[in-house]
Amino acid sequence: MSLTLAHFLALGGILFSLSVAGIFLNRKNIIILLMAIELMLLAVNMNFVAFSRFHGHLEGQVFVFFILTVAAAEAAIGLAILMVLFRNRNSINVEDMDELKG
Amino acid sequence: MTAIELVFYLFSTVLTLSALAVITVRNAVYAALFLVLAFFSSAAIWMLLEVEFLAITLVLVYVGAVMVLFLFVVMMLDMNSERVREGFARYLPVGILVALIMAGELMFVIWTKGAEKLPLPPGQSDAGANTALLGERLYTAYLYPFEIAAVILLVGIVAAIALTHTGRNPNTRYQDPSRQVSTRREDRVRIVSMPGAGSKSAEERS
Repeated sequence: MSLTLAHFLALGGILFSLSVAGIFLNRKNIIILLMAIELMLLAVNMNFVAFSRFHGHLEGQVFVFFILTVAAAEAAIGLAILMVLFRNRNSINVEDMDELKG
Repeated sequence: MTAIELVFYLFSTVLTLSALAVITVRNAVYAALFLVLAFFSSAAIWMLLEVEFLAITLVLVYVGAVMVLFLFVVMMLDMNSERVREGFARYLPVGILVALIMAGELMFVIWTKGAEKLPLPPGQSDAGANTALLGERLYTAYLYPFEIAAVILLVGIVAAIALTHTGRNPNTRYQDPSRQVSTRREDRVRIVSMPGAGSKSAEERS
């Protein structure tokens, strides 16, 4: 059984499911949540790259390029917000962030 | 099994196991390091797909910049791993259930849409053609989104600095070059007339 498109899509699907499970398991720890989001973006990028290669269109790779750019900016701003949060509350536990609760 | 399949299965196994480790290990530093391993393995798989430019970009941007940032932040924050871990066992069944359902649905869609009948197309003989083609596409058809991406990165820089910069600490001693340059003689030297310095020392001696 030679390599087909399904192999790569299955790999992306497994990665995405694992990162969704990670969001469920580590719902107290913001930094692991951010890592799970990065893993999700990687799974999506894997699908884009596989489709781009198997269908011979370059647009998928261009899109992955932009996803990488936005993900880098998102990680930088998310970690900066995390630093400010830790400086103010001395904790990164999601349970401690309940000001907006009615 | 050909070499290319062997490489694919090897790296996808490493990728899946390291992704599993990211979401289950206790220590956040280990999680960040396993995420680095996951990015490396997927860069290798992208190399296999002849997406060389993006594979190298993934290693440079993610492993070189984003994960180093993650490691910095993990080491700067003082995390109470016991308290952060509580609830892990409670949410384990529902997490596994959701992951299994989602993976099953994705596999169902992939295999009913006939993706397994699409073989890997033959690769390009010209090494580096991928980078040249991608660059040509980026700088012509996608020039405007490309510049917007640059602006997004600039906004990211400004936002990260503006969020974390707390201003100057009032107790810090620092040099102000404009004040140093604009100083006058009266600020530095004061001439006092001391009448009879020699006689004063003579009085002290006596």
